Amino acid sequence: MSLVADVLVWLGDKAHYRGDDGVLHRLAVHLEVTGAAVGIACLVALPTAVWLGHRRSRVGGLVVSAANATRALPVFGVLIVLASTSLGTTNKSAVAGLALFAVPPLLTNAYVGLRDVDPDVVEAARGNGMSGAQVLRAVELPLAVPLIAAGLRTSVVQVIATATLSAYVGGGGLGQFINEGFGRGDQVETAAGGVLVAALALAAELLLAGVQRLVTPRTATRP
Amino acid sequence: MHHLDAPNPWFSASFLQQNKDFLWSATREHLVLVGLSVAFGLLLAVPLSVLVQGHRRWSALLVQTTGVLYTIPSLALFALLEPVTGLTVTTAVIGLTSYTLLVLVRNVLAGLEGVPEEVLESARGMGLGRWRTLVTVELPLAMPTILAGVRVATVSNVALATVGIVVSHGGLGQVIFQGLYANFYRAEILTGTLLCVLLAGAAELVLLGLERLLTPWTRR
Repeated sequence: MSLVADVLVWLGDKAHYRGDDGVLHRLAVHLEVTGAAVGIACLVALPTAVWLGHRRSRVGGLVVSAANATRALPVFGVLIVLASTSLGTTNKSAVAGLALFAVPPLLTNAYVGLRDVDPDVVEAARGNGMSGAQVLRAVELPLAVPLIAAGLRTSVVQVIATATLSAYVGGGGLGQFINEGFGRGDQVETAAGGVLVAALALAAELLLAGVQRLVTPRTATRP
Repeated sequence: MHHLDAPNPWFSASFLQQNKDFLWSATREHLVLVGLSVAFGLLLAVPLSVLVQGHRRWSALLVQTTGVLYTIPSLALFALLEPVTGLTVTTAVIGLTSYTLLVLVRNVLAGLEGVPEEVLESARGMGLGRWRTLVTVELPLAMPTILAGVRVATVSNVALATVGIVVSHGGLGQVIFQGLYANFYRAEILTGTLLCVLLAGAAELVLLGLERLLTPWTRR
């Protein structure tokens, strides 16, 4: 398996980490794109979910179904469609496309988290003279934190994974090694890129699973 | 990048007309990729889940392993498989199969665990062996949950299969990619993307129908 050795040599070569084409710069771009996409998705999804969940609105189920239907959208196609609009082959297309796919897990989890807060608890808070806003802030949101964190974890890991495709629409990121490798027929660079991206996704998953565990009280663990 | 002088419509009837054969063959390849990957996924997930079911540690290990596979980005997986299996349908199918495993394993396990203890006891009381109980009692009762997993895996893979184009076998991904390389020819890109969405919708409906056929007792 000389390929494995070659990939290890590639990954160990400091020259591959420096400069604008280097691992470090591309990693930074990868994380920037991810951060921007998840940030935008949070701004859209969380207030919507909190409002729907707090109101226990019947529209909520519909919104969640619609969000989940995006599963049927091919990310690759959507990114390329966006790149062929006036957004062009830039990070903007990547961010817009990835944000779209970051919304469903955030929205679904936050909505379900708020909706499923025990009605007796809400009732008790109301009985103590709390206003709707107070109940939301002091009771519902804290109880929904574990599920909101679960949604954030799913969404971040998914966007980190999918951001790999942004290399194909002129956005940057670690996917560029894979894209260039395939383009040049350079199996070593392709596989090295694959290793980097897989490692990043797994690291993010482990880290965020830890965060999720931290904010989830033992008794409130849900599957 | 764009031809500023040439029109670049989002839809073109003449494009559809002239590329009927290409679109059809890409759709066919897409169906083959999704069908094979879900079938192989079931062939792996069902026996493995049956094997580990009831053993807490092994079940956890199986779910974690398939979770790791699921977390590896598709493009990275194809990049890692390509040196071994080349630019082939095999590479695309191996990659896509690995993404079905998490949801299938989870649902098969949940389905089997949902079979009530009394039912198992009466099966035993009737003298059914381990194997017959599994085939005639447990799996049929787990069917709705298993099929729900099959639906999620199928719809996800219809969308994901497009990425297979990086190993030269992406079904409708080929249409999308060709549009990309034809200077962002919008009609081609959008046609490929929408055909994917249509296929996912059709798959969902067909599988819902199948679910009703296979589990008539769940009908209300």
